Amino acid sequence: MKIIAVCGMGIGTSVLLKINAEKVLKMLGVEATVEAADMSTARKASFDAQIILTTPELVESLRGVNAEIIAIDHFFDLEELNAKLSKALL
Amino acid sequence: MSILSEAFGDGSIIIKESVADRDEAISIAGECLVVSRKAKPEYIESMLAAVEKFGPYIVIAPGIALAHGKPGDEVLATGLSLLMIREPIEFKHSENDPVQLVFGLAATDHDSHIEVMAELASFLSDSNRINSVLTCSNIEQIRALLA
Repeated sequence: MKIIAVCGMGIGTSVLLKINAEKVLKMLGVEATVEAADMSTARKASFDAQIILTTPELVESLRGVNAEIIAIDHFFDLEELNAKLSKALL
Repeated sequence: MSILSEAFGDGSIIIKESVADRDEAISIAGECLVVSRKAKPEYIESMLAAVEKFGPYIVIAPGIALAHGKPGDEVLATGLSLLMIREPIEFKHSENDPVQLVFGLAATDHDSHIEVMAELASFLSDSNRINSVLTCSNIEQIRALLA
C-alpha cells in the first residue's frame, strides 16, 4: 500500500501530513508507506499509489491521477485523518 | 537540546507588535532564516511566490502559518524561524485565520528535515504549549518552550 501526501512544494504541509498519517496508519494497524511529494512529482509518483492526501485547495489541480484523492481540512486533527483513512482503507 | 530547538538558529525568532499584511509577515519570517544563516536573501522571494501560487493553505492550524519556499540553491541548511505577532493578521484562510505565529522553513531537500518536522508536528499538536508561546513576553521564554 502506497500513500502520497501532496502539497505545493513537497516539504512543508505534505511532510506534516505524512507524519500524522503514519501515526494514524499505525493505530489502524495498516501496513503502508507514505511519501511526501510536490505537485509535479505527485503525478509521476501516483502510478502505483492507492491514496493521495492533500489540502482542499489542491484537489482540483490533482484531478485525473490514478489514485483516490482525500482532502484533509485539519492537518493536526488525527481523528479526521483516522475517519477518512478508515473509510478509504477498511 | 532537542532537534527542534537546534533548528532555530541565532536570530531566528522575533516578536513584533504588528505587521502590515501577510506578505510582510512571511518576509520577516524569511529574513529570520537569512539572519540565522539557513537561507540566502533570494529565498524570501521563493517563500512569497509559493503562497501566491498555492494559496493560503500554509495556515496549517488555527492561528499558525508555515511559510516556505522551494528546496534548492537558495537554502543553506535545514532550519526554522518564528515570527510571533501580537496583533493577529488575516492570511485569507477559510477557517484558521487570523494568524499570530508564522513559522519559516528552509529545507535542503525533500527528506532531510523529516525529524525536525516530526518534532514540530508534535509541538503544534499541543495546544497548551501553543497557548504558552502566545503569552511569552520575550524570545528567551519562547526558546525555553521549544527546548
